[in-house]
This record gives sequence, C-alpha cells and structure tokens, in this order.
Amino acid sequence: MQFDQLYQEIILEHYKRPHGRGLREPFGGEAHHVNPTCGDEVTIRVAVAGDKLADVSYEGMGCSISQASASVLHDLLATLPVDEAFKVHDAFVELMQGRGQVEPDEELLGDGVAFSGVARYPARVKCALLPWMAFKDAAVRAGVTVGPEVKA
Amino acid sequence: MTSLAIPSTFDVAALRADFPILGREVNGHPLVYLDSANTSQKPRQVLDVMRAHHERHNGNVSRSVHTLGTEATLAYEGAREKVAAFVNAPAASEVVFGKNSTEAINLLAYAFSNASATPGSDPRFRLGPGDEVVISEMEHHSNIVPWQLLCERTGATLRWFAVTDEGRLDESELDTLVNERTKLVSIVHMSNILGTINDPARIVARAHEVGALVLLDGSQSVPHFPVDVQALGVDFIAFTGHKMLGPTGIGVLWGRAELLEAMPPVLGGGSMIETVTMEKSTFAPAPARFEAGTPPIVEAVGLGAAIDYLTDIGMAAVQAHEQEITAYALEALASVPTLRIFGPGVPEGRGGTISFALEGIHPHDVGQVLDDEGVEVRVGHHCARPVCVRYGVPATTRASFYVYTTTEEVDALVRGLERVRKVFG
Repeated sequence: MQFDQLYQEIILEHYKRPHGRGLREPFGGEAHHVNPTCGDEVTIRVAVAGDKLADVSYEGMGCSISQASASVLHDLLATLPVDEAFKVHDAFVELMQGRGQVEPDEELLGDGVAFSGVARYPARVKCALLPWMAFKDAAVRAGVTVGPEVKA
Repeated sequence: MTSLAIPSTFDVAALRADFPILGREVNGHPLVYLDSANTSQKPRQVLDVMRAHHERHNGNVSRSVHTLGTEATLAYEGAREKVAAFVNAPAASEVVFGKNSTEAINLLAYAFSNASATPGSDPRFRLGPGDEVVISEMEHHSNIVPWQLLCERTGATLRWFAVTDEGRLDESELDTLVNERTKLVSIVHMSNILGTINDPARIVARAHEVGALVLLDGSQSVPHFPVDVQALGVDFIAFTGHKMLGPTGIGVLWGRAELLEAMPPVLGGGSMIETVTMEKSTFAPAPARFEAGTPPIVEAVGLGAAIDYLTDIGMAAVQAHEQEITAYALEALASVPTLRIFGPGVPEGRGGTISFALEGIHPHDVGQVLDDEGVEVRVGHHCARPVCVRYGVPATTRASFYVYTTTEEVDALVRGLERVRKVFG
C-alpha cells in the first residue's frame, strides 16, 4: 500500500531519533532553507577538510519527512569525500524527482532508499528535498565546487 | 454574532446529492471534504448554468450588438445584480468584478497608489509620509502584503491590531491605533485560520470619526452568513466566488458609489474608457472603469448561480447549520488527547473553521494520514503566517465546514486523528 511506503519504519525511526542533529562548530558554510507553503525550516552547516567533508550538522523543525531526510543526509554525507557526497546528493534528488519511476541504488543511498515512496506524493517531495537543497547551498558557501561530471 | 435561534431548515443529505464530487472516494474511503475555507465544492446547479452559458450564450460582453453578445451581457450584468442583492448593496454599479479577493484588495491598494501619485486626486485616497494604514495580526496575507507594498511606495506607515490569546481581535488600543493620521483600516470579517468573526462596528465608527475609510475582507464571511454592507457601514468589502459554491476566477470588490467614482483607474485597456485619443483617454464610470479587458464572464454567471443556490437555502439557515456543526466539532475535538485549538473554543463569535495542533506531530503528517482516510483538511500556515508566529507554531491543521458538512464527517476526522496519534505516537 502506497501509504505505508510513504511512512516507512526507517523514516519514522529517523524522525523520532534523529542522527547527528544540532549545529556544530567549526563550519565553512551555512544555509537556511524554508518551505514557504508549510513553514518547514532547516539550517545546514558544512565543514570541509581538504577534499573531504569533515561534518554536516543541522537543526530544523518540520514534518517527519523533512526532518528524517536531514537525519539521513547527515548519516550519508557527513564524512564523505566531496565528489562522492555530490554523487549521493544527485542520486537522492533524481530519486525524489522521479515520480516513483527511478530504481534507487541502495549501495549509494543507504537509508535514503526509504524515501522512494515519497516520490509518489508530489506535495511531499519538497519536504524530502528541503535539507538536500540547503546542503547544496551550504557546500557552495563552504567553497566546495561541484565536479564537472555532476549535473547541477 | 447572533442568530443561533434560527434552526437548520434544510435536509443536508438531500442537499449533498447536488454536489457530484461528494459522491467520490479518496484512497478507498468516501470523500470527507473539510477544506471549504480553502475552496468550496460546486453544486450541479452552478456547473449546469456555466455549461449552458458556454453552449448557448457565449459572446463577449458590453460591446456587441448581436444576439449572443446581448445575451452574454445580460447574463453577466444579471450576475452583478445578484451579487449586489446578496450583500444588500444599494446599487449593482457598486459591484466591481475581478479575479478573486486578492485582486479586489489589490485594486483598492493600487487606486490609493495611483491617487497618491496624481496631483489633484481625491485626498481620501492620497497617501504619503505621516499617513497610516491599519490592519490586524489575524489577516490573510492578501490583506497584509498589498498594504505593505502600498506603504513602501508612498512612505505611509503600516500599523496593526494585535490578537488576544483567545484568538479575538484586541481592540483595546483602538483609539490610538486609529487616529487622525489613519487613511484606511482594512480588517478581516472572519479569520481564515482562527475562525474568529469580528464585529467591525466600533472600528468603523472610530475610522469614520477620524475620516478614514474601511475595507472589510469578507472572503470567509460572505459565503457563510448574512452580510449586509449597509448595516455594517463599511466603505468597501472584498470576497471571492470559489469559496461560496461558485467557480474560481471571479471575485468582487464592493465599494460605496461615491468612493468608486472618486477612485482613479488601475488597469487600463478596453471597456474601461469613455474616449481615447492618441494623446489621452477619459474613463468610464464605475464599475466599468475597474474592469479593463474581457472579464471572467462565465465565472460571473457561475457566481450568480451559486448565489441563487445559497439564497434558496437562506443564509440564516446556512449559518445555523454551520453553527451546529461547529459546536459539535469543538466538543468532539476537545476529546482528542494532546489536541490544542487555536482561536475561540466556543461556537459564539466564530465560524466553522477550526485550526488545531496535535502535540509533537507536524501538520503535514497529520494531513497526510487523514488523506489516507479520505479526510481532506488543510495544513500549513494558511497564508496567515503572523497568526502562526503569534501562537508559536510553524503551521496548523485546519478543518473547515460548509453547508454540506455533516456530523458524521466530523466523526471521521476524529477517528483519523486517532490513527495519526498511533502512527506518530
């Protein structure tokens, strides 16, 4: 049933017990994004060390989808090499914009695959993407440039 | 508000049969539509009239000598007369059609703006530094943003009434807020988020005492209870067709004739002129002056049909029915653990729009689970973000009722909320 795919256990788990929540120092760039239709908010900080991410910290308030998405983002990206982080970012965005037609790569997306069902609810895709869009802005502000092979 | 004494005099079950959409299912459940403050559903009578207009009478209005054009003009102007009668306006020419309430409010704001930029224009519409516009904290964004923009353009100052903890308009500062610097007071008749019904009598009296004009945002009141613009004593009222069983794309600015005559045009174009030369134009009297271009003809006709439908039921009966549903819903919702209602907790002085929060559960998630049960509510800030800020929440869940709402639907809402608490508890 579609509804159970939307609220998978993994999503509810991340929502109730978020990983890596809280804004931390030091950081190279920060971005605050809001969803103007519902008032959801997330702030993301990105810390970079060389060509690796040193930390991705966040704070936010909003629905289970947006907040669980931030928790999963932290799990997936916090210490990845920059180019790999953007690969994961792009794969997640592609999954969310795929209207349920994109087969997710579990190896790349980990718990992120739990969001496959969200892609079938157009009204909720924005919720899932909120932290990822904020991450992208924060990364740019931290001086991280997107590799040439990555679609912006 | 009074009139609780008038009993509901119509058969809701029979009336529901007029609304084809109420027969559909959503996610395997009978549709429970609790989002009428957002947009109302449309009875077959409205849909039929609009279809018949397109099939039989379609022509452009106010410019054709041919039969179809004449029929279309009669239908369009007939709708204007129905609107005028519905709000007890002294004349149909005081009814200006536009796209929606937002456009109606913006029309007035831009009339102020244009007057302010035009030497010799009517001083009541001229704004500049030192002048003040007064709104309230419980306004819809459509009655906030146009005035912010107007004040930015003219250098005038925007001020506002606060809202009490109980969700009532705080009029304690009335005499200082509305003063000799005030040029316009624009407040909502019934809040789209709190459900509060404001009695504008004291504000109107004070505004007129200091020479200010008053606009009442009737988007949530005109559809739900009798509104008499003469009894209210306001200068302008804005409302929209799609919240009162009519189609989208048609709204109304009613204004006192003498004021509409004093207002400069806003949109320029066809139909709003008297004569045009290459150098200069003169303008038609109201309402044509404010209706440049081909108007939303069939939408106006549809609104006229909606007014016929509501008038047949009787607005006092509509109000009595909604009061019953609201009283029932307030009691039923109070039985849901951790549920907090924003706005008046009693049916007196409020309409059938109830915002609430379940502790620790985001409205988006509430709305999603309810939708899975076929229960359609609105979630978010309801275009009234300052109200959410006032009560310290990012968003609320809102159930809103209308003439077709039943107590069984309120029960379905309460059952749905139990499931929400199970999923996220």
